[in-house]
Amino acid sequence: MTETEKEFTIQNYLEFIQNKKLMGSKCKDCGKMYVPVRKLCIACNSLNMEWVPLSGKGELAAFTSITVGTPYFIELGYDRNRPYCFSVIKLEEGPMVSAQLVGVDASKPDTIKIGMPLKVKFLENELKGETKTDLGFEPA
Amino acid sequence: MGKLSKRVAIVGAGMSQFGRLYPLKRNPDLWVDAWIDAVKSVDNGIEPKDVDACYVGNYSSDLFNHQGHLGPQMANLVGLTPKPASRFEGACASSGIALRQAIIAVASGIHDVIAVAGVECMNELPTSLVTDALATASDALFEYPAGATFPGLYATVATAHFHKYGTTSEDLMRIGIKNHENGVENPFAQMQRSIAQMMQRKLKKLEEQGKELPDWKDEFDYLKSASNPMIAYPLRLFDCSLVTDGAACVFIAAEEVAKNYTDTPIWIAGTGQGSAALSIHDRDDLTGFIATREAARQAYEMSGYGPKDIQIAELHDCFTIAELVALEDLGFYEKGKAAQAVKEGETKRDGARPINTSGGLKSKGHPVGATGAAQAVEIFKQMRGRAERNRQVKFEVERALTHNLGGSGATCVVTIYEK
Repeated sequence: MTETEKEFTIQNYLEFIQNKKLMGSKCKDCGKMYVPVRKLCIACNSLNMEWVPLSGKGELAAFTSITVGTPYFIELGYDRNRPYCFSVIKLEEGPMVSAQLVGVDASKPDTIKIGMPLKVKFLENELKGETKTDLGFEPA
Repeated sequence: MGKLSKRVAIVGAGMSQFGRLYPLKRNPDLWVDAWIDAVKSVDNGIEPKDVDACYVGNYSSDLFNHQGHLGPQMANLVGLTPKPASRFEGACASSGIALRQAIIAVASGIHDVIAVAGVECMNELPTSLVTDALATASDALFEYPAGATFPGLYATVATAHFHKYGTTSEDLMRIGIKNHENGVENPFAQMQRSIAQMMQRKLKKLEEQGKELPDWKDEFDYLKSASNPMIAYPLRLFDCSLVTDGAACVFIAAEEVAKNYTDTPIWIAGTGQGSAALSIHDRDDLTGFIATREAARQAYEMSGYGPKDIQIAELHDCFTIAELVALEDLGFYEKGKAAQAVKEGETKRDGARPINTSGGLKSKGHPVGATGAAQAVEIFKQMRGRAERNRQVKFEVERALTHNLGGSGATCVVTIYEK
């Protein structure tokens, strides 16, 4: 099976990210794009989907700097003295995604500007001895 | 479509004490306290034999208390066995949904009287795990791995609102200050203290410890200080609602039987429920909640009323930004205009349209699954002129509204009440 014949499942979307590829699905009937991937087009009810690679370019739609983090981010070493930035990114192809924003000073949220251009940055996070790739973005 | 087949009323409503009550009070204790308080509120009395079913709103006893299947448990505790008993879940809108489903069931004719329960005992878990349990109401697949916490998602909405409309942290602080001032007047509230009182306490403590006193001119200075730590920028501790144990009980009755219980029932004028994508990144507008707009549209349409007709409202202020956004989504103010109205005091207890006279989730507390029912308790009291202490509004309330939001805005129930 080639990459583009893969079923439109969450697992396959996540496997693409593990391989540092941001992929979405596009409805061949109405052109609507989905990231994360969807099998059913909720705009026109079509199942006529195809995998498409995303450019990884976008802009910051909204964000927060989190001082009291999730257990996963606490394990990654973030805390009150080292906050991290959760963000929503509007991709240039249209869809929005959630991801950690790196390459900014999360302890100075005033310096982070909505609308700033971003590019994808796959984050290799070590947890319990295993490396995991998470979707991230950084200033372009 | 969009109409109830018959009129439905609230004939009684009450609540338990809200607070950090575990282990002194657990779900069964809280619920029985709420039931007893609600029974007391029914003017001509009500007995278990009068009640046909028990609808329980609860978000996550599974995670908080390792207990599922609350419907029959709660029903049995108040003598309703073997009548139908079910649990409804929609995150923080759970008992708003239970209330709405009870209204629909009574209007259908299948039941005449339903006891609506809202229960949640959150403090059985330490705060870090409470936050994690609440996070399951957002998207576990794509938001949570990106670091989203529950406050973090509302903070994200806040930055989008700040950016688009020029809203400021001070605008949010005003909402917290107002709701705490109301909570002082609510004997059932978890934090019956104003922010000014908390500031004075802090100053006194520092003085006693012989420490240098900070130069706080007013509550805003206090709220901008390290005494009010950042949780998720721009939301600080006092922008967040509380972790609460509590329960509420509302008796819903059909029009044929309502007058048996009271001469002054509060009628349901409209009910609406909306939904949205679970992840905020899947929504077109990050500065508001489509689920609220849809629920409000249905409730206004059913009632024949519009935003201008609503005299008081209990809004879902799980975070200060949520109250601000609700004021706009419900059509009380145009987008971007609510902050100015709050600044001018319109939402205060003596303002043009008082909001959260109960103290809101911020000060009264937020036992998540109990909140929707507890909002109806406050409206029932206010509309019958029986709110405790000094928080009864100074005018006759003919029409009121409750707004109960689930998770990071993916579920919303709006209910409109009339005399």
